[in-house]
Amino acid sequence: MRITLRVWRQKNADAKGKMAKYKLDDVEEDMSFLEMLDVLNEKLILQGEDPVSFDHDCREGICGSCAMVINGTPHGPQKNTTTCQLHMRHFKDGDTIDVEPWRARAFPVIKDLVTDRSAFDQIIQAGGYVSVNTGSAPEAHATPVDKVSADDAFDAATCIGCGACVAACPNGSSMLFTSAKVTHLGLLPQGQPERQTRAINMLAKQDELDFGGCTNVGACAEVCPKGIPLASISQLNHDVLGATLAGARAD
Amino acid sequence: MSELQQEPTALQGEGRWLLGDPIADERAPDSPVGDRWSDRKFSARLVNPANRRKMTAIIVGTGLAGGAAAATLGEAGYHVKSFCFQDSPRRAHSIAAQGGINAAKNYRNDGDSIHRLFYDTVKGGDFRSRESNVHRLAEVSLNIIDQCVAQGVPFAREYSGLLDTRSFGGTQVSRTFYARGQTGQQLLLGAYSALERQIAAGTVEMHPRTEMLDLIVADGRARGIVTRSILTGRIETHLADVVVLCTGGYGNVYYLSTNAKGSNVTAAWRAHKRGALFANPCYTQIHPTCIPVSGEYQSKLTLMSESLRNDGRVWVPKERGDSRPPNSIPEEERDYYLERQYPAFGNLVPRDIASRAAKNMCDAEQGVGPGGLGVYLDFKDAIGRLGRHAVEAKYGNLFEMYQRITGDDPYEVPMRIYPAIHYTMGGLWVDYDLRSTIPGLFVGGEANFSDHGANRLGASALMQGLADGYFVLPTTVPNYLADGPFDPIDESHPAVVEAVEATKGRIDKLLSANGNRTVDSFHRELGQLIWDQCGMARSKEGLEKALDRLPSLREEFWRDVKIVGTGDGFNQSLEKAGRVADFLELGELMCTDALHREESCGGHFRVEHQTEDGEAQRDDENFAYVAAWEYGADKPGGKPILHKEDLEFSYVHPSQRSYK
Repeated sequence: MRITLRVWRQKNADAKGKMAKYKLDDVEEDMSFLEMLDVLNEKLILQGEDPVSFDHDCREGICGSCAMVINGTPHGPQKNTTTCQLHMRHFKDGDTIDVEPWRARAFPVIKDLVTDRSAFDQIIQAGGYVSVNTGSAPEAHATPVDKVSADDAFDAATCIGCGACVAACPNGSSMLFTSAKVTHLGLLPQGQPERQTRAINMLAKQDELDFGGCTNVGACAEVCPKGIPLASISQLNHDVLGATLAGARAD
Repeated sequence: MSELQQEPTALQGEGRWLLGDPIADERAPDSPVGDRWSDRKFSARLVNPANRRKMTAIIVGTGLAGGAAAATLGEAGYHVKSFCFQDSPRRAHSIAAQGGINAAKNYRNDGDSIHRLFYDTVKGGDFRSRESNVHRLAEVSLNIIDQCVAQGVPFAREYSGLLDTRSFGGTQVSRTFYARGQTGQQLLLGAYSALERQIAAGTVEMHPRTEMLDLIVADGRARGIVTRSILTGRIETHLADVVVLCTGGYGNVYYLSTNAKGSNVTAAWRAHKRGALFANPCYTQIHPTCIPVSGEYQSKLTLMSESLRNDGRVWVPKERGDSRPPNSIPEEERDYYLERQYPAFGNLVPRDIASRAAKNMCDAEQGVGPGGLGVYLDFKDAIGRLGRHAVEAKYGNLFEMYQRITGDDPYEVPMRIYPAIHYTMGGLWVDYDLRSTIPGLFVGGEANFSDHGANRLGASALMQGLADGYFVLPTTVPNYLADGPFDPIDESHPAVVEAVEATKGRIDKLLSANGNRTVDSFHRELGQLIWDQCGMARSKEGLEKALDRLPSLREEFWRDVKIVGTGDGFNQSLEKAGRVADFLELGELMCTDALHREESCGGHFRVEHQTEDGEAQRDDENFAYVAAWEYGADKPGGKPILHKEDLEFSYVHPSQRSYK
């Protein structure tokens, strides 16, 4: 396949970026999108040009590192797929493909396609955990969890923290990410004691970190590679409302 | 070096290595195996809570071992500095583990017990692991499940609300706890959330996108690390009272492996060059159920969880070179070779056996797919027996992943699988307390050598990572810190200055080569060489060939590598180059270790040592030891120095492993 790439090049956080055009003549359909970029980078290096920087690691769709907007859509055209699991068989010979970094105020560009997503860690720090110290846990079977809740909690827990939801949202909101964690822990008995404070603290933190507000656009759920449903945002809103009515306040 | 001041005694193996003094684990109590961990915990000294916050522990790596250790030591009140090269600790490669985690809970009443898990693990490791460590692992497995459930890890449940378990490759009891096909992710997120909680509490100071490039050994103790910021290129030093490496395995030496692309040996290798012994480097695990290679451009291999072997049947066409589509090959013309050769275990034989059997079939030209390097894993019978819905519930995400990568639908046609490098059982040598041979340097998880012997059973890696991180290191590290306070050191200490200079010099040397070959081209060549000669089967001839080639490949690398850009900013080629330089050195040690071990055991299969029916032929009389290698290139003789730790088996008596 012959592919023309238009890639966002930005030397560092302070530099001005621009799209650069590259042509590849030897793309195979079994290549992953990242392998296609590897091939481009090998060529660039041999020409003495700076290779395109991008985050990636497991290349199995689970670590959440890879992040790029492909033809305007985070992670590209295939539903429920991370960029590392997107294969070139989904493109046509002669295609021109635009590749850009996540665009969101809370995710500043570091270089080329690499952005700083540490704000997500800060949201987790605000309460995305169960406060249990090691060694103090009760026997696992002492607390049964009904299968439906366990399965639903698992579905929410599959969020990989890639940030596609934020990149797709016109407001740059992290509501889907936050709600996934709130839903995961809120559905389990272990998560109940901190359920209300967790919801309001995490929500307050995402506002503080310059993520936009949620206006129910739904683009986040459309692009989520793990299929976290929009309903989890309803769950977060429900928990926040409950917390507010109960008089809980953010720390 | 610190604890091994002896002179090497003899030149061995046609001058390829030297024999040093024996080494021993002196930390495990001399009590019955079942009492050792309790005794050790009781005898471990405690540190006054008021003194803990004055002590700093550096923990490199944020996977299951590192993340759990950092969180737990933070909870205990120590000042912890945690480092990872990824942008977030949540992305450590433990997140990619799929299948499950073993624990001897015996919830199924199927005869499981701590002793049976211990027994299975020692036997599964082909009698090349240490009994004390393995027994502790089996004991602690119970606490791990409790801990993770309390954290909200969403393990699979039955309709009763109780935890579900399944059986996993190599075992006949149902002791594997799982969270669909994403157990590693959920366990890591549990450890990560505990870590983030401590970061918020101020006990853990997190340094993401930071790579450890050297170990600082001052006055005989590990006292800090030299790091490079991946963002800015800034070289920094971090000083502490103790250093813990939980930096994973070195499978990426093969270039193609199931490891994440960033997984590397650099931290462990630089510690080795500073005096830590490296044990059993030739023990690498080849995982039998990976998606076969599809082309030259391939950057990594993808594992399909071993749990698939619970319901999938492995087969090849009986006839050589049969190129018909699998569904048109009639039942009687298929060879379900695992069920035929190993009737007691069938498709659930341990990984080393399953991998080698697949290789044998492909070597006999019965392989399928491009290049004949594949075998079928067929779910037709399972779908017929359980229904598509049940199969989808169990393995849906794995099937999806397979389809995404290959373009084939495994509900309709059998998967194609082939073995790939997955895990490394070798690593830095540690004693029972997980101390390396450098005082003050501890090593946990896959980065150490200790618990799996020559072969790791399925669902045991997560168990070891969390056992070390949540329970072992938080006991043994404070015991070491109770030796303190150590003399304060600062940036002006000669050892610190020297380590910083060495790091900068190395980076300058890489950047100034300005040659004609990319880092990846060297890495691919190295990987192919090690795969061919030190992969699923090794021979004296092949290993010597590799050992003859590696020094010249290394020389070519330093002379001809091309890295664009500078060292004072984000430069992914430079990061890779530093890692590949270390893989080039490690590869030589792996081949030396494989050459010296004149036996077959677990994942180490020397073709010269096999039984009449092609099984691994162990030699307990001469090789029941851990091979712990001292870095020797900078010492008289210039060769790696072999220290042997004899293994004693008082509870699980070595026998020929048979799965027939």
